[in-house]
Amino acid sequence: MSIPARENVELLSGNEAIARGAFEAGVKVASAYPGTPSTEILENFARYPDVYAEWAPNEKVAVEVAQGASMAGVRALAVMKHVGVNVAADPIFTASYTGVRGGFVIVTADDPELHSSQNEQDNRHYAVAAKIPMLEPSDSWEAKEFTRHAFALSETYDTPVFLRSTTRISHAKGAVRLGEVSESSIAPGFVRDPAKWVMLPDNARRRHVIVEERMRALAAFAEEFEGNRIEWGDRGLGVITAGVSYQYVREVFPDASVLKLGMIHPLPSRLIREFAAGVSRLVVVEELDPHIETHVKALGVSVQGKEIIPIVGELSPGIVRKGISGEGIPVRPFEILPGRPPNLCPGCPHRGLFFVLNKCKVTVAGDIGCYTLAALPPLKGMDTCVCMGASLGNAFGIEKALGKAALGKVAAVIGDSTFLHSGITPLIDIVYNRGFTTVIILDNRTTAMTGAQENPATGRTLMGKATRRLDLAALCRAVGVDHVYTVNPHDMAQTEAVLKRELFREEPSVIITEAPCVLLPDHRKEKRPVYEVIPDLCTGCMACSKLGCPAIEWVPFTPEEAVAAAKAPSQKGMARINPLLCDGCNQCPPLCKFRAILEKKD
Amino acid sequence: MKQARGNVFLAGVGGQGALLASEVLGEAFLIGGYDVKKSEVHGMAQRGGAVTTHLRYGPKVFSPLIEPGSADLLVAFEKMEALRFAHFLKPAGAAVVNAQEIMPPSVATGRERYPENIAERLAGVTPNLYLIDALAAALSLREVRAVNMVMVGAASHLLPLPEDCYLKALRGRLPERIVEVNTKAFRAGRALMAPRGAGR
Repeated sequence: MSIPARENVELLSGNEAIARGAFEAGVKVASAYPGTPSTEILENFARYPDVYAEWAPNEKVAVEVAQGASMAGVRALAVMKHVGVNVAADPIFTASYTGVRGGFVIVTADDPELHSSQNEQDNRHYAVAAKIPMLEPSDSWEAKEFTRHAFALSETYDTPVFLRSTTRISHAKGAVRLGEVSESSIAPGFVRDPAKWVMLPDNARRRHVIVEERMRALAAFAEEFEGNRIEWGDRGLGVITAGVSYQYVREVFPDASVLKLGMIHPLPSRLIREFAAGVSRLVVVEELDPHIETHVKALGVSVQGKEIIPIVGELSPGIVRKGISGEGIPVRPFEILPGRPPNLCPGCPHRGLFFVLNKCKVTVAGDIGCYTLAALPPLKGMDTCVCMGASLGNAFGIEKALGKAALGKVAAVIGDSTFLHSGITPLIDIVYNRGFTTVIILDNRTTAMTGAQENPATGRTLMGKATRRLDLAALCRAVGVDHVYTVNPHDMAQTEAVLKRELFREEPSVIITEAPCVLLPDHRKEKRPVYEVIPDLCTGCMACSKLGCPAIEWVPFTPEEAVAAAKAPSQKGMARINPLLCDGCNQCPPLCKFRAILEKKD
Repeated sequence: MKQARGNVFLAGVGGQGALLASEVLGEAFLIGGYDVKKSEVHGMAQRGGAVTTHLRYGPKVFSPLIEPGSADLLVAFEKMEALRFAHFLKPAGAAVVNAQEIMPPSVATGRERYPENIAERLAGVTPNLYLIDALAAALSLREVRAVNMVMVGAASHLLPLPEDCYLKALRGRLPERIVEVNTKAFRAGRALMAPRGAGR
């Protein structure tokens, strides 16, 4: 038994569906900074005809660009991961006051469970704090439909609208029916209206009154919104839920009554009361913070929530089942096995730098990117990681706390894209306030962690156009750094010499490590040698293993095996290079005192 | 185990193409007229880490995630990863496992050993274990990157769709120039399963 194939239905991820929804809503301008799990939204949107899509240097700029497009009367989209909203919060809170002309939607892609993030903040709080309505789809189908709704709402109520996704929406695929493009009825053009756009205190005071009226009108709308609906079932259990949690509830309690919320700010109080009155046991199932639960309790309605549903991490069908019924399905115990944490790729240029940093025994203030993986053993080359751009300020703060004792002992490490996102202002701070912190910019010519996106230093745009390539060294000199040096991180001897000299310089200095990411198509096309370990020469000293390269494998010996391999019985094993993984970066051969690592002959 | 609804759990190591394999499988079920949901995590997991995909099909699918203890089929692209996610299987579930071993960093650097007797341990989990050498099959086609389609072909033997659905999905998802070798890989995967009399 299977359902018949459907017309115009495609299997889309939540991100693809949001991009499609924006296209169908007639969005003309979209701006974003890449960040998991949001990145694919703009990558997909950029492929539609007659649209403009860009990578902004950071989320604040993305919001400002989208807001400007809205001011000029076209529909506009800004996209970011949850922590990106922190960066963009400044314009967002005042965009709430100015309102919009063309529909203006801000996507926040939250990451419960921190699959690829530094925290798991719940951005529903932003909707409340900024007084901006928020829609939350529960699958790809709704992701597209809600995106279209969001633009209509934005224009009807003169407000930016948040669309909240989470990793399990953004990166889950489901069926979506493609629709037609519908244009906004607003005519493009900037219309002078200082009372609306110029947020001097006197104007802003009057706008605040309008914001409060708008939120009351939206609260009334929430009662009628088709995305908020009661699915009556067994009245013994009633669950209020939203987002992907709705799917888990439906999966494990197919017979329960459900109040499914598609709009999570403002919440429909009358609907919640009606639902609560119709069920004997009322539970809120929501990921992260008790946003809905707090509202329900404020209505004076008795409800179970975070005492049975975890506040930490993402939910799953099993967690929801256990929380509500106390029961689980039988599961065999899982095996304890060697872990497989993410690792820097074979041939990654970052590995050379962190190997050297480790040798220099400095405190490394780190940042957000692939290179954060260098914090893991065996490199253990990073001591802090907080947020985009934090490395420079953190390192400078350590310097100021320790004074002269910090000379030669502290460095900041930041990627090219991250530096342009928010590393420039702290570099100015270091220069302006007479610091000596050494800043290392890891220029691999891409935004690697999120899957190789363009950025201002790559010379290409999101839409594939060639553009002026930002000169990182010239930029650093322009803000007043006199000592800017570029090194090849695969050449660890050179990198070490420059690093040792600059660490002890009593002035600001910047070292740019320049080598392309191994995932870039140009690098992958290049023919490079593959290295091999000559078994007769390997003494099992493990010097090469300290790189932590996935291509270098350790072959353990028993004493008998060692003897059979013509080694001393005490030799514990030897190294081997996996030819399928070796990228030919030439970092390991110089580490071998016995010259056992050579180019492999075909 | 061919049935109108099912849960397929795919596990591999970043770089093996497990995500693309799950794309083709998901698309094939959509072409076959099923409702489909599929969930995976991108980002950090790309860098040699464990990669998993939850794929669910049926007349109507709610949750994008499979609950541990409820997978009908485990498709593992690497031997140890099969063991790591074996607890997702139902008691009567089946496992198609690529015998390839990829060392995790702790093993590659000599701090831990690659676990032994994995095949025996997996056989203790499921009576329906299919251990195949997908790497050898891909290498015989001179395309190491086709391991993923060999696995799709092998898995297809235990799934309810006609072959055409997979081939259509494969053509829709892959660039033209690699369709042929991947079609061969798919068929090679099916052939690896055929003599075992599976999928009845």
